[in-house]
Amino acid sequence: MRPVYALSGGVSKFAKARPDKTFQAIVKEAYDYAIADIGIDFPTFTRAVDGSVASYFSDHFSRQLMAGIMAQDYLGLVPKPSHRVEGGGATGGLCFQEAWKSIASGHMDVCAAYGFETMSHVETWKGNEFIALASDVSWDYPVGGFYSGYYAMMVTRHMKEYGTTVEQMAAVSVKNHLNAYHNPYAQKRNRYTIEDVRNSPMVAWPLTRLDICVMSDGAAAVIFASEDGIERLEAAGAEIPRPLVQVTGIGRGTDAMRMSDRPHVDYETFMQDYATDQERSSEDTRNHYRSLWDRGTRYPGVHSFRAGRTAGNMAYRHAGITDPLEELDFVELHDAYTSSEIQTYEDLGLCRYGEGGEFAASGKAFMPGIEYGLDLTSDPVCPVNPSGGLIACGHPVGATGLMQGVFAIWQLQNTIGKHFGDETLQVSDARRGAIHSHAGTGTYVTVSILEREGNR
Amino acid sequence: MSDARREETLGGFVVHGVPFPVETDPDALAFLKRMTPIQIEQQYSITYLHSYGQDSPWFAGASNKRLLASREPDSGYAYATPRGHDMYTGRETEWIDVTDRTATVHAFTVCYFGSEEFLPDTPFVLALIEYEGVNTLFLTRLIGLDHTQASLEWIGREVQPRFLRNSKLKPTDVYFVPA
Repeated sequence: MRPVYALSGGVSKFAKARPDKTFQAIVKEAYDYAIADIGIDFPTFTRAVDGSVASYFSDHFSRQLMAGIMAQDYLGLVPKPSHRVEGGGATGGLCFQEAWKSIASGHMDVCAAYGFETMSHVETWKGNEFIALASDVSWDYPVGGFYSGYYAMMVTRHMKEYGTTVEQMAAVSVKNHLNAYHNPYAQKRNRYTIEDVRNSPMVAWPLTRLDICVMSDGAAAVIFASEDGIERLEAAGAEIPRPLVQVTGIGRGTDAMRMSDRPHVDYETFMQDYATDQERSSEDTRNHYRSLWDRGTRYPGVHSFRAGRTAGNMAYRHAGITDPLEELDFVELHDAYTSSEIQTYEDLGLCRYGEGGEFAASGKAFMPGIEYGLDLTSDPVCPVNPSGGLIACGHPVGATGLMQGVFAIWQLQNTIGKHFGDETLQVSDARRGAIHSHAGTGTYVTVSILEREGNR
Repeated sequence: MSDARREETLGGFVVHGVPFPVETDPDALAFLKRMTPIQIEQQYSITYLHSYGQDSPWFAGASNKRLLASREPDSGYAYATPRGHDMYTGRETEWIDVTDRTATVHAFTVCYFGSEEFLPDTPFVLALIEYEGVNTLFLTRLIGLDHTQASLEWIGREVQPRFLRNSKLKPTDVYFVPA
């Protein structure tokens, strides 16, 4: 595999509705921004790029099949090679990794990844129905197909097993909404309190409206290149900043479509198949898990995402990470729900299973320098969703995983201030970060590691 | 200022004639860039002929007030939501009757909103049910609990299946009530 570099990215403003443009033109906003950011003009880039990968989730939202080729066409990329990827909420993360593969394999030297979703074309509750069709239509959808309901069931189990509280979940909402206050691309930029979150309308007990991301229209794009591709772009006039941002690890995992089908494995199987290397090597952590299992925990059940743990472990091994909390400077993860951010802290090894709620409210995942109005017990260690995440940025599904990639590139280039017009969300001396994209009830999950070149 | 809003719907008026410059001179054509977009309604509806395939006997069972599950014959690994083949051995499963087994609530929620199709049902309780001696769970509606009193104490509570008198051949032909 060859080194793969993420050179630049662009994000359209995420909004509840963008009737001003068709999806192709919204994609072009993000794509043009990514091209302009390497100081090259559109025709020159079109000549230099080898091909693309397109990302969008649902044919239902746009009532349009083959939308990928319509974007490819509008971007002037025909007849260059392209394909569409789809994997529910992880579609953007899968697209990011497919573009990585195109470069790593030597198939391409310059590859554009672009993604979009226009969810405003139907009313909110019809949109929820479309999304719920990403559950088994024989067994799950007809019972009351509603993703917020599925995630609420997961978190009631998490609360029962681990003592996680609604206030800990609300702390995630406060954090992400307030981070987004400094992100001009975000859809919801507000200061909330724990009480605001708990007093907002109940959607699926115990999740309130402010525990849940919103539907959005939007697009994102990332440009990848090999060393040869960078040379080609620079020969054509591109100005690519140094140090480069390299994608040093990718991981993916899957799990059963119906969360009811997921196993409940014993302690020994968990330690052998799923524990991180760090967890296995710590006697204290082994004892912690032994204690959980003695109290009845089984893995993954419905409270944990085995796909996320699998993807994280794979990406960490690829990138040589053994202590993610200490070795990652930030994480942009798929917080469709505050509860799933907490579940994902555990899957990604930022804390141990059973300790996600406490971690959420501790302050370790918060940004330094922002006054959240919360009584945090720890200093920030590894900011999670410094952008505001899905909860505040929005979730135009096919764009979301790429949006995370763009924000990660900007963090590692130290250019958040340039792109946001506000330095507040720049993680100081960011050298390595992770992005995490998640589908369904945890069916497809991707984790990718990005590093500033020369980090090691 | 209040943030109260009326619920939005997609419905609109049928419009005959759309404002447009009388003359398409350069100024008028340039002004077209400043127009708001035209949005129209598009209807889409379809009826699918959906097959339950190898899972069909479960629906036949539910319509006859029997709750089935499936089991790998040798290992005994059992699926509350049936699968035609075991995910560990790849072997075909066999049917078992779990109607009278002890069942408990594994996880639940109260849905106050939902997908459009289910909005008329709200609020309703969704639950994942454990059957004694069965390795996986079953998604169902839980009836007979006061949704305003939702509590983690509901988890672990014993429940029992009830069946619709008039089968709809859907998984909701069975639902659960407190035992």
